[in-house]
Amino acid sequence: MIGSIPLGDVLLASGALFTIGLAGALLRRSAISIFLSTEVMMNAANLALIGYGSAMGSREGQIIVFFIIAIAAAEASVGLAIFVALFRHKETIDVNKINLLKW
Amino acid sequence: MSASIPLWLVPALPLAGFLVNGFLGKRLGKSFVSAVGVGAVGLATAAAYARLVPFFAGDHSAVVERIAPWFSAGGFSAEIAMRLDPLSALMTSFVTFVGFWIHVYSVGYMRHDETEAGYARYFAYLNLFMFAMLILVLAQNFVLMFVGWEGVGLCSYLLIGYYYERQYAADAGKKAFVVNRIGDFGFLLGMFGLFSLFSSLDFDRVFTAAAADPGKYAPYLTLVCLCLFLGAVGKSAQVPLFVWLPDAMAGPTPVSALIHAATMVTAGVYMVARCNVLFRLAPEAMAAVAVVGAVTAIFAGIIAVAQNDIKKVLAYSTVSQLGYMFLACGVGAYVAGMFHVLTHAFFKACLFLGSGSVIHAMGGEQDMRRMGGLRSKLPITYWTFLIATLAIAGIPPLAGFFSKDAILGSVFEHGQYVLWGLALFTAGLTAFYMFRLVSLTFEGSFRGTPEQEHHLHESPPSMTAPLVVLAILSFVGGWIGLPRVFGENLDRFTAFLSPILLPLASAAERAEPGLSHGAEWLLMGVSVAAAVAGLLLARSWYVRGQGRVPDRIAASFPAAYALLAEKFRVDELYGLLFVRPFDWLARMLWKVVDVLVIDGILNAGAFLVELVGDLLRFLQTGNVRNYALSLFLGLIALMLFVIGAV
Repeated sequence: MIGSIPLGDVLLASGALFTIGLAGALLRRSAISIFLSTEVMMNAANLALIGYGSAMGSREGQIIVFFIIAIAAAEASVGLAIFVALFRHKETIDVNKINLLKW
Repeated sequence: MSASIPLWLVPALPLAGFLVNGFLGKRLGKSFVSAVGVGAVGLATAAAYARLVPFFAGDHSAVVERIAPWFSAGGFSAEIAMRLDPLSALMTSFVTFVGFWIHVYSVGYMRHDETEAGYARYFAYLNLFMFAMLILVLAQNFVLMFVGWEGVGLCSYLLIGYYYERQYAADAGKKAFVVNRIGDFGFLLGMFGLFSLFSSLDFDRVFTAAAADPGKYAPYLTLVCLCLFLGAVGKSAQVPLFVWLPDAMAGPTPVSALIHAATMVTAGVYMVARCNVLFRLAPEAMAAVAVVGAVTAIFAGIIAVAQNDIKKVLAYSTVSQLGYMFLACGVGAYVAGMFHVLTHAFFKACLFLGSGSVIHAMGGEQDMRRMGGLRSKLPITYWTFLIATLAIAGIPPLAGFFSKDAILGSVFEHGQYVLWGLALFTAGLTAFYMFRLVSLTFEGSFRGTPEQEHHLHESPPSMTAPLVVLAILSFVGGWIGLPRVFGENLDRFTAFLSPILLPLASAAERAEPGLSHGAEWLLMGVSVAAAVAGLLLARSWYVRGQGRVPDRIAASFPAAYALLAEKFRVDELYGLLFVRPFDWLARMLWKVVDVLVIDGILNAGAFLVELVGDLLRFLQTGNVRNYALSLFLGLIALMLFVIGAV
């Protein structure tokens, strides 16, 4: 049970997860990798929510996380659809090569 | 019951005529336009007289008819209300009557020369003028009066510029409008002053309050009255704002007769007389009125002597006679001033219409040097013109004699001997230049082209009938105000107007016998002598001497004569003093302030925004990873801010 883990450890894990996600989002070139990295960052936030909720003895943290997961699923389908469309058009999903919208 | 015809109907009928002729006249043909134009004013005249006759005959107390509230803002409210009292009744009586006859005359004068559209436009404007003038004289408060005041100014502008395709007519209209605006500005300031003093612009309230507590208001009234008088100076063409009236002769001649001689230009005198309660409390303003009037009278009279355009002579004569009226008002003789307004309306309208008849016969020629000998060709015009000339010259027993004598008498009675001397000299001058005009036009032999001589004809009945009517009135019109020396109760004019024009005069002043009968006879004799002297001099110089004497004088003093013929170069002086500097100022404001400063600020602002945008747009790399990096850096900055590190 998460309740037996100290809050500090949970937040440490959450912060580590966020940092890994952030690094991935900034450094990767594949759009799908960036997308997955942002999902990791989001789950870091989810983890922090659950940790805090548990530490405060409330269920609301977990309830919010369920909402976030549901919405993330919807958003993931839209995002992936965009990549499919992009790939059909440009034959690549390297973000460095997708830069038409500029000055 | 006299109240069966409401007062508002009197101005409303010409307004209806204006609307019909203005919007439909072009398509309805000249006969219809004439019927509507003349009919509307005829009906208005009938309606006015249906009210005026019982009023003259019976109770002279003021009637106020409130028609509708107009607007109100804060503590101020104005209503549409009409007033019938002896003063407005007098004005209405001759405005409608003379106006009607001039409409009749216009049918004959304008019918042949104009297009259908032009003819309809002419009558529409003329009806609109009647509407505005009647609003002006019948208004019960300053605000409604101002509406009429501006309305007549607008119609004057429109009608002076009637022949708008001629540059000088369009310019003359503009000049009249601009000069009048200067006066209107004074009138407006005067109204503001009155409102701040009395919190109302209703005639009754203002005049009652001023009369009830003279000590309280008198110190401020001088300024207010001077402002109001500035309005009158503009409208009635007094020195220094007289320059527009001679140029106003660019309009059709019946317009000159109606607007620029008989009615509109007397609005200033009417306004001063209407405010006599206020002016009485401001002796300095009264003195200014008297001096301006006397100076105008003699100044314009002198200019008239050397003019060769028949209408210009009459125009300067009008300015001069208006000066007489203001002189009378300035010495407190409002009754005499209004009397001259009335008689002047008759004889000056007759003179202008007569000159129109001459110009009509001459095929548009206005230069008297090419006329002469028209007496036998235009007998009706000649005789009516002669009667009106004798009337303006002040020959007894014609109308002008009585009113001019009343003015001269009261100026003398008030001890203004210098002004009296000026006025007397002007009287002689008036007789001189008017008989110069008659002699050059009607006497001697014809000096125009043979073609013009062949064309000469008497005008149609629609033009001669008004001449005859006005000539008769120029003859008998003065008999309603016979001086006291003919009998104590013959001066019905004074008795009629006294309740309005002498309300503040003390009982002693009213009972004052004034001059002795002997002195009055003597004054009368002197003024008649001056007139006869002018008359005889003109006849001997221009009829018997055939203009040799004045030619010799002109040759001996070429510089003086040129100055006179060029109207003392007042227009040139104003051009130098005002028109050119204002032109320069306007050019400065346009080229420097508007183009350089205002447009410059706008353009500089737009340029700066464009420049910054040009630089900033390079931040839009199109690379999503750059944006992500910016987000990250922003996040760090935000966190540092939140934990208070920065």
